Amino acid sequence: MASAQQLKRRIKSVDNTSKITKAMSMIAASKMTRAQQMALQGRPYAERMMSLLSDLAAQPQFEDDPHPLLTPREIKKIGVIVITPDRGLTGGLNTSVNRFAAQHILNSGYEAEVVAVGKKARDFFGRTSNLKAVFTDMGDRPTVDSMAPITKVVVDEYTQGNIDAVYVVYSKFVNTTVQKPELITILPVEPAELENKDKVGYIYEPDSSHVLNELLPRYIEMEIYHSILESIASEQSARMVAMRNATDNALEMKSDLTLEMNKVRQESITSELLDIVGGVAAVEG
Amino acid sequence: MPTMRLDIVTAEKLVYSDEVSSVVAPGAEGQLGILPNHAPLLTSLMPGELKVLKDGEETNIAVSGGFLEVLKNVVTVLADTAERAEDIDVERAEAALKRAQDKVNSSGSDLDLERAIRALKRSQARVFVSKRKRSSKAK
Repeated sequence: MASAQQLKRRIKSVDNTSKITKAMSMIAASKMTRAQQMALQGRPYAERMMSLLSDLAAQPQFEDDPHPLLTPREIKKIGVIVITPDRGLTGGLNTSVNRFAAQHILNSGYEAEVVAVGKKARDFFGRTSNLKAVFTDMGDRPTVDSMAPITKVVVDEYTQGNIDAVYVVYSKFVNTTVQKPELITILPVEPAELENKDKVGYIYEPDSSHVLNELLPRYIEMEIYHSILESIASEQSARMVAMRNATDNALEMKSDLTLEMNKVRQESITSELLDIVGGVAAVEG
Repeated sequence: MPTMRLDIVTAEKLVYSDEVSSVVAPGAEGQLGILPNHAPLLTSLMPGELKVLKDGEETNIAVSGGFLEVLKNVVTVLADTAERAEDIDVERAEAALKRAQDKVNSSGSDLDLERAIRALKRSQARVFVSKRKRSSKAK
């Protein structure tokens, strides 16, 4: 059995660890709230953009000559953008996203190009797949501007005909304890069906194809931006839960160790007392 | 006096939402004035200044491109970025403008140049709008 001194040292170390994990869990909680708020604030923009796009895509001139980014074609090769956090300590989150993406690529049966967003995706797909591009250090507050390079990579690959469909795999934030890997298609763009079919008949300036050309990349950027926000919210909530569990475990361990230390101390006192009593008896005897 | 609703949204947040009496926007084909009951319109925007008139008071907002939609007396601006004049840090905006100018002068490839020119236009718009604030205060 360990000595009282050793136990004391271990208790101290476990206690320090619990302080760190507790702080991490609290930080993650506040970051999670912020990521959720950011996602919420972007919603009006996303909704307007979606309805504009649907309206534009339904214009008569595009029915005869559809925009390449809107037209599905035969798939020979796919592109997958995998979004993970840069850091670990998030329970099973990173592994489940990476495995979900890998599984999807396997099941599709197509060759795939992977665009990794986040260090964990880079490390996972760097070993195995055809890694086309890597983006890391997006931070906790990404901007829509910083999505432009990611969008450019996939749009260029798509328009050059290297890939025929682009998917995004990210971790969807369901609630604080549940995050689910999810896959969405971003190219070809599938505009939602207009709910009310009566066409507004906008005046387009300079003209509708010009506006559509500008709108489509923005739309894709926004989709990626939202996936990244979801991924950040998931990361923080997963970390919050993982760190809270770690804190609980540390505290439990601390109380076990304290109990053991007290026992050890008690025993040493008892044996010392016995020694003294024995010694006295010998002298008097 | 007739008014119309104006919503300015970016992907990050709602920047402006109010009843206004006129809007002047930097459209893709030049300055564009919109009054209440305008016909449905959809246009892309250039980096520049968005002037909003409400109760005779003018608000200046720097936008760096995006789209403007008019529908049923509601004007929606989907801006890439939008900042009110009073929120712009003039010194930082000017520093950014200078950086953008240097970039334009030193850009090698066409792609870099194109990007640099766009950054330059954006920062010009911001500096221009931020200066407005000063001049209107001085009055």
